[in-house]
Amino acid sequence: MAALTREETEALIQEVLEVYPEKAQKDRAKHLAVNDHEANAKKCITSNRKSLPGVMTIRGCAYAGSKGVVWGPIKDMIHISHGPVGCGQYSRAGRRNYYVGVTGVNAFGEMNFTSDFQERDIVFGGDKKLAKLIDEIEVLFPLNKGISVQSECPIGLIGDDIEAVSKKATAKFGKTVVPVRCEGFRGVSQSLGHHIANDAIRDWVIGNRDAKEFASTPYDVAIIGDYNIGGDAWSSRILLEEMGLRVVAQWSGDGTLAEMENTPKVKLNLLHCYRSMNYISRHMEEKYGIPWVEYNFFGPTKVEESLRKIATYFDDTIKEGAERVIAKYKAMMDAVIAKYRPRLEGKRVMLYVGGLRPRHVIGAYEDLGMEVVGTGYEFAHNDDYERTVKEMGNATLLYDDVTGFEFEEFVKKVKPDLVGSGIKEKFIFQKMGIPFRQMHSWDYSGPYHGYDGFAIFARDMDMTLNNPCWKTQTPPWKKNDDAAPLAAAA
Amino acid sequence: MANIMIRRGDNGALSFYLPKKDLEDDIVSLEFDTPERWGGELVLKDGSRWYFDPLETQPRLPITVKAKRMGGEDD
Repeated sequence: MAALTREETEALIQEVLEVYPEKAQKDRAKHLAVNDHEANAKKCITSNRKSLPGVMTIRGCAYAGSKGVVWGPIKDMIHISHGPVGCGQYSRAGRRNYYVGVTGVNAFGEMNFTSDFQERDIVFGGDKKLAKLIDEIEVLFPLNKGISVQSECPIGLIGDDIEAVSKKATAKFGKTVVPVRCEGFRGVSQSLGHHIANDAIRDWVIGNRDAKEFASTPYDVAIIGDYNIGGDAWSSRILLEEMGLRVVAQWSGDGTLAEMENTPKVKLNLLHCYRSMNYISRHMEEKYGIPWVEYNFFGPTKVEESLRKIATYFDDTIKEGAERVIAKYKAMMDAVIAKYRPRLEGKRVMLYVGGLRPRHVIGAYEDLGMEVVGTGYEFAHNDDYERTVKEMGNATLLYDDVTGFEFEEFVKKVKPDLVGSGIKEKFIFQKMGIPFRQMHSWDYSGPYHGYDGFAIFARDMDMTLNNPCWKTQTPPWKKNDDAAPLAAAA
Repeated sequence: MANIMIRRGDNGALSFYLPKKDLEDDIVSLEFDTPERWGGELVLKDGSRWYFDPLETQPRLPITVKAKRMGGEDD
C-alpha cells in the first residue's frame, strides 16, 4: 500500500475519533496529528496531559519513572520499594538493565527490596518499619554503597516522613540514603517520576564529591540517559572509548553511585535519553558549566553523525579518533546493510514507545530502507515533539498517549508491515497477524545502540518481518464458526 | 512569574527553557544585550513575549531567572 496523503491521514484521524463521545472527541483530537514540517509542534500536538478516563492508556506512573527507569539500574545501591509489595515485585528486572557484578553481594539490580506494607503500617505509619528495613539491609548486604527509598502511593497519602528516616540512617551508617518522593499518583505519567528522580539525584548525590580530588583528563565524558537495556550502554561506550574519550560515568545502566558523584568532574555530558535526564544535564550545565549534547546511536548514519558531533567539542585527536572509528566499522555496516536491506526495503513501520525511541530509531529503519509511517510517545512533552517533527516524513501520523482503540484502528487502516511497541500491545497485533517487535526492552534481544547494536537490530527486524508464521495467522475473531460449537460444548 | 533558564543553544542563538511547561524555544530578540545591561523583554520564535529584570553584567550562561509572561493568551 502506498503512503497516505495528508488528506487521507486527516480523514483517518477523523474516522477513528468518531466513536468517542463529543467531549472525549475534542480532547483526543488535540493529541493526534498529521506531521507537518512547516507547523510549530506546540500548535499541532498537545502532550503531557492527563489521560482520558475510560480509555486504555499505555502509560506508567511516577514510581515507574523513578524506580524503574532512573534509579533502578544503579547497581551498587539498594532501591527500596517503600509501600505494598506489588509495585516492586511486578516491575522487578523487567527492563533488562544489564550490569556487571554479583547479584546479592555487590550488585542488586535484579533484586526486589520492599517494606511490604500491611494494614497496620497504613494506620500507624511505616517509618519504623523503614528504619528497621534499612538496619536489616546493612546486616545482610553490607557491600551496598547506598540506599534509595522509592515511595509508592501510600507513603504520600499517609504522610510518612521518609526524609527524616533517611537522614538518620545516613548519620548512622555513613552511607548515602536518598528519599525519593515518587508516589505513583503524582503527575500524569512516568515522566514526572523521571523529573522527581533527577531532582533527588541533584539534591542528594551530585554535590557529594565536590571537595574531593579527582584525576581528570581533558577527554572525560559521561553517558547520560542510557539504561543499558540488553547491553546498550556497553556497545555505545566502546565506540566513545575507541575514539579516545574517557567514559567516567554511565547513567544509569550499569552505573554506580561513585560514577554519579564523579560526573560533575567531566568535560561533556552525552545525553541519549533526553526525556528522562535532561533535567540533571541542565542542572550540571548551570552549576558546573558542563555542556551537554544530545546524540543518537541507532543506525550507522546517526552514529556517524553523532560521533562527529561529539568530536566537535574536543581537539583534533578526538576528531581523528571519530573518523577512525567510523572508517573501522564502515565495512561491517556495509555488509549488514547489503545483507538485510534487500529483505526489508520499502517496508513500513509504526511505532509507539516512550522516551527517545519514537524519534531515535527512525534513522536506523531508514538505513535498512524502511519507512516509519507513524510514531508516538507515551509520555513525551512538547520539546520531544519539536524534535520528532523534523525526523518524521511529511504527512505521517503522530499520536500522543494513544489509546488501545486508536492504535488498533490506525494499524488496521495504515496496514504497516511492522509494529514496534510494548508488551501490552504485542499479543493483540501478533494475533492480528502483524509482525511485532517489543521495542521497550528490544523483545528480549539487544543491544541496539552503536555499530554492534545495529547488526543485531537489522537481524531482529528481518527475523520478525520475514517470519513465515504471519501468513498462517488468522485472528481468532476472523476464524470460521466451526470452532464455536466446540467452545460452547466445553 | 516563572523560573526560566536561558542557555546558549547548539546553533549559537540564545535558547529559552521553561521547565514547568517543558517549553524550549529560540530567543529571537533580547531587549538589552550589552556588557553593561543584559535582559529585559525577550521574544521567542513562537511569538510569545517574556520579561525579566535586566542584569548589570553579562552573566555566565546558562542562567535561571524569574520571568514574567507579557501579553498574549495566558495558558
